[in-house]
Amino acid sequence: MTDLLKTPLHAMHLAAGARMEPFVGYDMPLRYPEGSVAEHNQARNRAALFDVSHMGQLRLMGEGADEALETLVPGDIRGLGDGAMRYTLFTLENGGILDDLIVSRIPGGLGLVVNAARRKGDTEHLRSHLGDRVDIVPEPDRALLALQGPAAVAVLPDFADLPFMAWREGEACGVPARVSRSGYTGEDGFELSVAGADAEALAGRLLAHEAVAWAGLDARNSLRLEAGLCLYGRDLDEDTTPLEAGLGWTLPKRRREERGFPGAARILDNPPVRRRVGMRPEGRVITREGSDVLDGSGEPVGWVASGGFSPVLGGPVAMGYLPVALAAPDTEIAFDIRGKPRPGRVVRLPFVPHNYFRG
Amino acid sequence: MAVKTYYTREHEWVRMEDGVAVCGITDYAQTQLGDVVYVELPEVGAEIARDGEAAVVESTKAASDVYAPLTGTIVAVNDRLEESPDLVNESAEDQGWFFRMEIGDEGELDELMDEEAYQAFVEELD
Repeated sequence: MTDLLKTPLHAMHLAAGARMEPFVGYDMPLRYPEGSVAEHNQARNRAALFDVSHMGQLRLMGEGADEALETLVPGDIRGLGDGAMRYTLFTLENGGILDDLIVSRIPGGLGLVVNAARRKGDTEHLRSHLGDRVDIVPEPDRALLALQGPAAVAVLPDFADLPFMAWREGEACGVPARVSRSGYTGEDGFELSVAGADAEALAGRLLAHEAVAWAGLDARNSLRLEAGLCLYGRDLDEDTTPLEAGLGWTLPKRRREERGFPGAARILDNPPVRRRVGMRPEGRVITREGSDVLDGSGEPVGWVASGGFSPVLGGPVAMGYLPVALAAPDTEIAFDIRGKPRPGRVVRLPFVPHNYFRG
Repeated sequence: MAVKTYYTREHEWVRMEDGVAVCGITDYAQTQLGDVVYVELPEVGAEIARDGEAAVVESTKAASDVYAPLTGTIVAVNDRLEESPDLVNESAEDQGWFFRMEIGDEGELDELMDEEAYQAFVEELD
């Protein structure tokens, strides 16, 4: 067995009594003694602290970094103002998705946050396509913390004016940090990139606030699922196009017209035949990733990409892919769960309304 | 004298009450699973062989099979788990029972672990 990597907060997780599990090469906290549902509710009602230091942080430095990156993603990167950030996708020639990522305008270039599992592939992708145009600077020594929930702003009042999807450099609890108004839970909150050596001090000071408690990867997954947010590898992959995934909003008008990103013609000239949808099984039985979705006659027509229990709704929720003709809300479907068809229906996403800061 | 509880290597418990075997998952199992959010129980009348699949317990994280500790016929299931699956977390070896079985051969109990042996077994796992 290979040794698992540890984030700078590993010892704190152990001290907090976390149940750890291997996750993309890291020994990560799955949940703490309070349990996943309590941690989920903590993020919905108060403020939850997540260690997401396993995610890949890197910088693209040099003049024209924005133009260069636009050759690999369909988002509007040139139009990113100072201190702004944006969700976008690395697309592939077949129209599929290599990864999803957050891009920030930083002095002298761009900051990227990519999925841990794709960090190596993304970096190679960037080097092979952009290596002669920009400096690609991985930042493996930085930690990333997410403070999520309606009370987050009271914990970091110095950043209360920061707009959604914007960031700035500052001191968080006395620790130098890049603080952004963003997250992966559907709640208001912040993500804080700090030097690894400062991570314990920052986490300790955040946790000292009575509104803050740790939350692990299990709660992180149920939160993003309720918010209808995609997880790469489940809801997005190399064979799914942005339009199939319902991410057409990440392709602005200028990029649709100018094109110039991998797979542009495949993505824009082929109307999707399947779509990512929200789905709810009747009753409490849970449908999980990989389950077949059946049409009215019991034929398998799609699949569950992400499924689980929604603490807010008190029942099961799922996202998955269905033919466009069956993707309308209220369409009756069924789930093949352990060989038995279980009725359900298509519903609108998100399952739980977003609570982002809108100024 | 307290009724003796027996344990399996798959982390089920069973004890005889009024001539019927009451079965559930152990407290150790529920701590391993985390928050239980759904339990699929067998049908009353189902005949299940020892170690056969009898129920499914779903945590926030995953679904796990629960096996019959003994051979027998299901005579009752714990309907309270339908609305309150968290009883499995709160009271795994009492209020959170899964099903009751009528069994033919009480001798099968002797092949299971007693509490002391199970505790030793669990300590080996941690």
